[in-house]
Amino acid sequence: MAQKLYLYSRFERFWHWSQAALIIFLLLTGFEIHGSLEIFGYEKAYLYHVYAGVALVILTAFAIFWHLTTGAWRHYWPVKEKIPQICYYYVIGIFRGEPHPFEKRPDQKLNPLQRLAYIFLKLILFPLQFITAFLLLTYQWWSYLGIEATFRKVALWHTAGAFAFLFFLIIHTYLTTTGRPWYNHIRGMILGWEEV
Amino acid sequence: MAVTSNWCRCTSCHAGYGWKDKNFDFNKVENIDCLVCHDTTGTYKKFPTDCGYPPLKDKVFAGKKLFKAVNLSFVAQHVGPSTRESCGKCHFYSGGGDGVKRGDIDSTLIAPDKKLDVHMDAKGLNFTCATCHTTTAHEIDGRHYDTPAPGGLALAFPKYEGHRVRCESCHGLRPHRPKQKLFDWRLVKLNDHTDRVACQTCHIPLYARGRPTNIYWDWSTAGQFKDGKPIVKMGPLGRPVYHSKKGTLKWGRDLVPVYRWYNGTYSYILPGEKVEAGPEPIEIIKPNGSPTDPKARIFPFKPHLGKQPYDPVNKTLIIPKLFGPKGSGAFWADHDWKAAAAAGMAAAGLPFSGEVTFVKTIYYHALSHMVAPKEDALKCGACHIRKGGRLADISGVYLPGRDRVPELDKIGATLCLIALCLVTIHGLARIILAFKK
Repeated sequence: MAQKLYLYSRFERFWHWSQAALIIFLLLTGFEIHGSLEIFGYEKAYLYHVYAGVALVILTAFAIFWHLTTGAWRHYWPVKEKIPQICYYYVIGIFRGEPHPFEKRPDQKLNPLQRLAYIFLKLILFPLQFITAFLLLTYQWWSYLGIEATFRKVALWHTAGAFAFLFFLIIHTYLTTTGRPWYNHIRGMILGWEEV
Repeated sequence: MAVTSNWCRCTSCHAGYGWKDKNFDFNKVENIDCLVCHDTTGTYKKFPTDCGYPPLKDKVFAGKKLFKAVNLSFVAQHVGPSTRESCGKCHFYSGGGDGVKRGDIDSTLIAPDKKLDVHMDAKGLNFTCATCHTTTAHEIDGRHYDTPAPGGLALAFPKYEGHRVRCESCHGLRPHRPKQKLFDWRLVKLNDHTDRVACQTCHIPLYARGRPTNIYWDWSTAGQFKDGKPIVKMGPLGRPVYHSKKGTLKWGRDLVPVYRWYNGTYSYILPGEKVEAGPEPIEIIKPNGSPTDPKARIFPFKPHLGKQPYDPVNKTLIIPKLFGPKGSGAFWADHDWKAAAAAGMAAAGLPFSGEVTFVKTIYYHALSHMVAPKEDALKCGACHIRKGGRLADISGVYLPGRDRVPELDKIGATLCLIALCLVTIHGLARIILAFKK
């Protein structure tokens, strides 16, 4: 008997989807600035990229506040249990129709692999992109701020971070289709309620 | 090619009132021509071959052009500040004709519209040359040669009065300011460019926008005649592509500049300096500067290519005598490069082996005039583009959109592609299994 759980609150869903849109937009404009794409033209791509980046920083600030005040940050705390089982599930079990070894509950929404991926995102990738972005925007002031870096190196790290985001986006988007039925996770993230 | 040994022809502009030989005294006040700058009547014109003197009776130049006698007292009673026209009498015609040498100034600047020159716009700001080329006791600010324009502090404050020749003098070091909004990130970013990119680079998108300018001058073919008569073959731009006196010429209009690091000074080949002739053109005048030079910025130039006489034994560029009477060795009278070289080098006091070959040469002319209105300035994509951008040859800066580290891009793209393949295979397998059931 399917049970419906309210897993994602209204703010969480708003945060998730606006963040997703911003990151996709930042990837498009960013890779245009990098010279890999041609969509908006360089000037517009640059301006949109900066605006979207600022929007993402503001959104992230709210999200951090939300995570801290609601205690939702605990969902990302890494745990060791069941990691091999989950790996086995995605490699073999999923094709045999076996159930997911991890049981979603309102007090543990994320499986141990998700926890690892998201905490890496939040503690490494986001700070990397924000810090390098800040540096790239303010390179004229480096000498006053006592920062010793080269524009080229900072740009390289920012690009590397962008590839990491793209990599995450591909895997993440695919994994959202692994629910049963396939759109179950996606529906959950839209409506808040997910069948388990 | 130099003034030396060709004085009476060249000194109709190369300043010196009566500069007819090497004994001319530049310190004598009476050797300065006041009227050439301060005439307001437009009637003071120097005769092209009279050593910087104006005609005092009606004279015909080259059998064609009549130079009327100058009424000196009339001109003297109508002196005034210099105008675009009075400066332009020489500067617009440098190189021997309208727009020939410079590419960024020519006679269209006498009454330009805004499109051609946003500052000199006759119906707008209507600047004269001296608005920017400020003077202190007749010392005129210039940008190049041995005195680069005053440094970064030369803003247009009263205490710096007299030095206003740089764009920054009036526009400041962060020149783009929002008109209506308090803050405009686009302008902030444009201002960030001023540390490494000169204003001219974006705001002079093309040169030779007025008249055609000479871009190639091959002296080695000069001196050919047809049935004993000089040849003048006109090209599509209304300028000669061959001239018996001058050789083979190429012209251009609306040209894209070349860009170099430039700190405001040039390096010159000096008369008598030894230079090796190789496959690359000899750089007679080249801008100094490099990406590691904090004073250097990226600057637009008109490159001028040519072929000119060279002494292969002494390894020096030759100063030939071009102008003079028959029998003097002057090339334009005797049509013999060896005789012209011997006469010219003797006048310059330099050794000459008797051998003449021709070498490829190039010089760079910094572009600072004919500043286009802002809507015509270069857009970001002119330089921030992977291939074929304006700054494709500029090294020493990381230029987003142009530069990348191919290895990083390869690793990143490969990893993302592997991820994409994996999830596709995984997904297809799931779909196939689902259908089997």
